Amino acid sequence: MSLRILPRRLLPLTARRATSLIPSRPLRPSFVVGTPRRFFSDDLSSPTPLPIFHLSETEQMLQETVARFANDMILPKVREMDEKETMDESIIEGLFENGFMGVEVPDEYGGAGMGFGAAIVAIEELAKVDPSVSVLCDVHNTLVNTAFLKWGSSDLKKTFLPQLATESVGSFCLSEPASGSDAFAMLTTAVPSDPASSADPSHYTINGSKCWITNAGHSKIFLVFAQTNPSLPANQRHKGITCFVVPRDTPGFAISKKEKKLGIRASSTCVITFDDVRVPRENILGNVGEGYKIAMGLLNEGRVGIGAQMIGLAQGAWEAGAKYVWQERKQFGRYIGEFQGLAFQVAEARTEIEAARALVYNAMRTKEALDRLKEAGEDVTSGTGGAGAPAGGKQGEFVMQAAMAKLYASNVAQKVSGAAIEWMGGMGFVRDGLAEKFWRDSKIGAIYEGTSNIQLQTIAKLLQKAHAQ
Amino acid sequence: MAATPLRILVPIKRVIDYAVKPRVNSARTAVELSGVKMSMNPFDELSVEASLRLRETLPPSSVPDILLVSLGPAKSAETLRTALAMGADRALLIEEDAELEPLTVAKALKEVVSRESCNLVILGKQSIDDDAGQTGQMLAGLLGWGQATQACKISVQGEEVTVEKEVDGGTETVKAKLPVVVTTDLRLNEPRYASLPNIMKAKKKPFEKMKLSDFGLSAIKRLQTLSVSEPPPRQGGSKVEDVDGLVKRLRELGAI
Repeated sequence: MSLRILPRRLLPLTARRATSLIPSRPLRPSFVVGTPRRFFSDDLSSPTPLPIFHLSETEQMLQETVARFANDMILPKVREMDEKETMDESIIEGLFENGFMGVEVPDEYGGAGMGFGAAIVAIEELAKVDPSVSVLCDVHNTLVNTAFLKWGSSDLKKTFLPQLATESVGSFCLSEPASGSDAFAMLTTAVPSDPASSADPSHYTINGSKCWITNAGHSKIFLVFAQTNPSLPANQRHKGITCFVVPRDTPGFAISKKEKKLGIRASSTCVITFDDVRVPRENILGNVGEGYKIAMGLLNEGRVGIGAQMIGLAQGAWEAGAKYVWQERKQFGRYIGEFQGLAFQVAEARTEIEAARALVYNAMRTKEALDRLKEAGEDVTSGTGGAGAPAGGKQGEFVMQAAMAKLYASNVAQKVSGAAIEWMGGMGFVRDGLAEKFWRDSKIGAIYEGTSNIQLQTIAKLLQKAHAQ
Repeated sequence: MAATPLRILVPIKRVIDYAVKPRVNSARTAVELSGVKMSMNPFDELSVEASLRLRETLPPSSVPDILLVSLGPAKSAETLRTALAMGADRALLIEEDAELEPLTVAKALKEVVSRESCNLVILGKQSIDDDAGQTGQMLAGLLGWGQATQACKISVQGEEVTVEKEVDGGTETVKAKLPVVVTTDLRLNEPRYASLPNIMKAKKKPFEKMKLSDFGLSAIKRLQTLSVSEPPPRQGGSKVEDVDGLVKRLRELGAI
């Protein structure tokens, strides 16, 4: 039999010649398509998998309560709060009264003792009505409360968690005029009381300023990140950053400028100045030099919260638009939503929302699974989920999912809310309704808690590391 | 007057959510229920809230028990759990899939009252699905108790219950000695939200399940629904220029 008739791959190796212009195709593809990343399901004995949007009974009840509260108490005031650029105090009180400000705080400290999923659902529901209220609740729950829960000493927990769960709003102070994405270039210093002699100073003195601080106008408790070792070289600076708990009434602490913003105007955003602010060493969250780790850890989770805010916003805008085109506005003898062109736009927008929601919900469930594994003593930073997965084991998987969720959700929120205005025509443009507000509110999604470029950087780095030769 | 401890029974019903627009099913025999959002009857939320407020405003230990009861399909458990999350103490689900008429419900509630030694029953004045408005009154009749319906205010002092009732043209205040049946009306209170800590606490509250047959009752239907239809769509009106125009139009319509 002539060797030429056989397919190339069956030819004995010696018979193959490297003369073909077409590169030889390997016998198997160099990547395995569709390998499920069975990270989590192998380790956690899972019953029949459910749709990603499935909520536990507790989460459903919470969703019901938050939705009712949002529609009854917040909706009537949304426009007024936006015009006045001020959050209504009664809404903040209502958030505390109903337990929305201590979702994950354990019962013994006065919280609701629910899981991360519950917090995310609450943030999403609030954002469907007012993203400003949603962000107040989000920063408070996912950044401030979580910081105490994860890194607070038992004394700090006992002192501050009950307050945070029942009456005091919290703020997260990381950014400065000169350092946003480049967080470790922060200039705010925390000088220890006896720098030369004692390795265990009694207090620290904070000087500097922070900006873009959410909730600042209302907060009583501030988490402040400061550099305790300014003499560190540039590439080591992160090792000196420490997280301090600073109560509002500490002498030298001042809220200076309140920002006037494009969107989430009812959310208080201020500049804070520190003028020889003395903080006892007991108020350090975690340990000296751990601030970097704490901030990054919190922001990884906070990202999912922002993703939830953005998908809530997108849904709120979409609902307003869908209602208008299918129930309210008739032109040329029929509802404008009956024209295929418009209906297709509405369908497209909804598809994007569902995709963004899927990313956010997956990130949220990934975090819950991760926490369960950590509690069981598992090593979550090593191992790999197979080709296509990011570096860093299960933790890396979560970080990537969270970054993707926030990136995509903020993108979708902007697109959908912008489209909704157009569906509503003039009615979408005027400040009588809420459509234009959703679009302005959406802009911040791509900016705070890690800009979209930073998210892309995070995702790229994790993937690149996993694919390094 | 020595205060009699109140053992309050609060019956609640799972109905189509008030915000949903009901549609008639394709067979035109009933309202479409499948896939439709269901919630607690709004008047029953007022009942739950009323019982909680009595506990909060009367001296401590005045209200030792607030028992919720619901007759309906298994899914009514969700509604009961929401009411537990508002702050009630215990829940009893009497499972029955068939449609229930007010008299059957009232008979079952009578059994629960004697079983649980309740001395105050607070019900919604009507449920928003059938708008029957009968259960409270029938229950009072079966029990031989006094009844105060359409309450917009309830107060208790010792043995006496004072209720301000909504009537045409205003309100009427009545006073009765316990035990009493009260039905709630819209102005009575503003129901609280199920706060998150309470949602978690509700999981541990006693929850009993029984069947209608356990009470020696069955879902007898004394009425047969012949047909269900939506109200005719609203016709546009027309404007008239002046009184003569109005008279002419009324004549045209055969009204005069």
